[in-house]
Amino acid sequence: MFNKDRWKEILEVLTSNWFRTLLTAFGVFWGILILIVLLAAGKGLENGIRSNFGDIATNTMFMWTQGTSMAYKGLPKGRRFTFKLEDVAAIRQKVPELRFVSPRNQLGGFNGANNVVRGIKTGAFNVYGDYPDIINQDPMGITSGRFINELDIGEKRKVAVIGEGVRASLYDVGEEVLGTYIKIQGVNFMVIGTYKKNSNDGNGEEVQKEIFIPFTSFSQAFNQGNNVGWMAITANDNSSITQLKEEIFTVVRENQKIHPQDLRAIGHFDLFEEFNKVLGLFKAMRWIAYFVGILVLLSGVIGVSNIMLIVVKERTKEIGIRRALGENPWSIQLQIIMESIFLTMISGMAGISFGALVIYLINYFLENNGPVEMFLNPSVGLGVVLTALNILVVSGLLAGFIPAQSAIKVRPIEALRTE
Amino acid sequence: MIEIKDLHKSYKMGSNSLHVLKGINFSVEEGELVAIMGSSGSGKSTLLNILGMLDVLDEGSYTLDGVPIKDLNETKAAQYRNKFLGFVFQSFNLINYKSAMENVALPLYYQKVGRKERQEKALKYLEQVGLREWADHLPSELSGGQKQRVAIARAMAAEPKVLLADEPTGALDSTTSYEVMDLIQKINDAGNTILIVTHEPDIADMCKRIVHLKDGVIVEDKKITQVRASQYV
Repeated sequence: MFNKDRWKEILEVLTSNWFRTLLTAFGVFWGILILIVLLAAGKGLENGIRSNFGDIATNTMFMWTQGTSMAYKGLPKGRRFTFKLEDVAAIRQKVPELRFVSPRNQLGGFNGANNVVRGIKTGAFNVYGDYPDIINQDPMGITSGRFINELDIGEKRKVAVIGEGVRASLYDVGEEVLGTYIKIQGVNFMVIGTYKKNSNDGNGEEVQKEIFIPFTSFSQAFNQGNNVGWMAITANDNSSITQLKEEIFTVVRENQKIHPQDLRAIGHFDLFEEFNKVLGLFKAMRWIAYFVGILVLLSGVIGVSNIMLIVVKERTKEIGIRRALGENPWSIQLQIIMESIFLTMISGMAGISFGALVIYLINYFLENNGPVEMFLNPSVGLGVVLTALNILVVSGLLAGFIPAQSAIKVRPIEALRTE
Repeated sequence: MIEIKDLHKSYKMGSNSLHVLKGINFSVEEGELVAIMGSSGSGKSTLLNILGMLDVLDEGSYTLDGVPIKDLNETKAAQYRNKFLGFVFQSFNLINYKSAMENVALPLYYQKVGRKERQEKALKYLEQVGLREWADHLPSELSGGQKQRVAIARAMAAEPKVLLADEPTGALDSTTSYEVMDLIQKINDAGNTILIVTHEPDIADMCKRIVHLKDGVIVEDKKITQVRASQYV
């Protein structure tokens, strides 16, 4: 199959009419190019969105209270309730598949009044009471000092980790931050660290203006007792929070005497579910890319098949001669099919290479002109290229099949009579 | 070498069928040089095609070198053609994008002879027909007589049992025709069996035996004294 004469002949046939061969090849070239570029664009979008999620633990849900909607055990409907530290302990105990259960308390918020004072400077910031685990769920880069640790929690130390945005509002440029004091709602906290969050979506500015203090200190300083404002719960990597969340709700409902069918009492946001929806979108986009690409490729393949039919027609007499000389029909079929596969492969590889060049150029411009929202590093993997090559071989085979059949359908004697 | 008994062949032409060969009995010994003559429509080309396994017979039997030729599929027929037969056509039928040598080597390629050996043999046969220096030329660069000589070299290359020539001189002027016949006679002298279809009496006279076909039957079958073509060259 791979002898020199066979290849020589393939080249002779394909180069005998350059213009026609090029036009035919262009169909396949174009199809595979579009497939590659579409896949790369989809990947670019996916990369962009994934980088927006950043390092956030995506297997996470947030949970808060909303007031009951059903009467239960003598308690009225519409009752307000608060999570307690006992709820956290119960969840930890009864749902072992969870990695982090972080109770949180919060002061301030968007457009809140000024709540933090340092000297003559004031500002309105979100203040969170947190456990050290939160840095794993809501990642931030510590730019100086340290984050809250277990000793801070145990000793209820009045310490604070502030965002770079807070530092910019309360401190002069170049001023030493660590060891200084800020006053949060009249209570002094010592700054022990600064952070910078990695975020490039709309509220990039806002997330740098947060202050983290130990949960226990928060409770004591702001009279929260064992109240918990809300929780951030992350499941282990091999289980999904979306499946575990009902179990968690059941634990809390039992603890808080909420009717088991009361779906409104506990509010939540399932980040994992949302994340999966987005992932599903990417999957759909990939399918669309394959669908469109393969359809375009198909028209190219039909072009190849058409030209092969014409080539066979032109060579009817030659095929007749060769059969009269004793070439076996299978060998003639093989010849036609190999010509077809060769043509599709060559033009396909040219398409892949050109696609790679296009992707390279896009990346080059992205790099030079700065990042674009929601689009990052478009690329195609080796797997995609191998898939594309497989598609090419199969389509070459299909394109050559009908012409090869027609090549041996004509009996040699009739083929010889053709002029 | 060739044994044909009660051969019938008819072609369907729409609703009516055309009975071309109506019971041919015919045999050829090894080393014979036979001319098959007849006017057009007498069935001589059909007979040659059946002998060449390019066409199938309707009735009767055909034995070639002791092998009964029947129920052939295309692969088998191709094999037999390659092994037993060499063809020379009126219109030469060289493959025009291959050089003279490649054309001659073609039947050897189908026999899966190695590349080196193929080239050596092809050159040897080109030498025999006096075209060694033209080995690298394409058919379009050769004259009609040269093309036919290449075609003869190609037919001989596979060392067939029988050489079948369909009007080998039909497209050539008389001088070139005699050159080609001279070559054919020399090949015959070497012991090869050759069948020639022709309608030119002077060409037929250069064979050793003439078979006349008329309306699908053999009307005359006679041995003659061969006229050597070399005297005209």
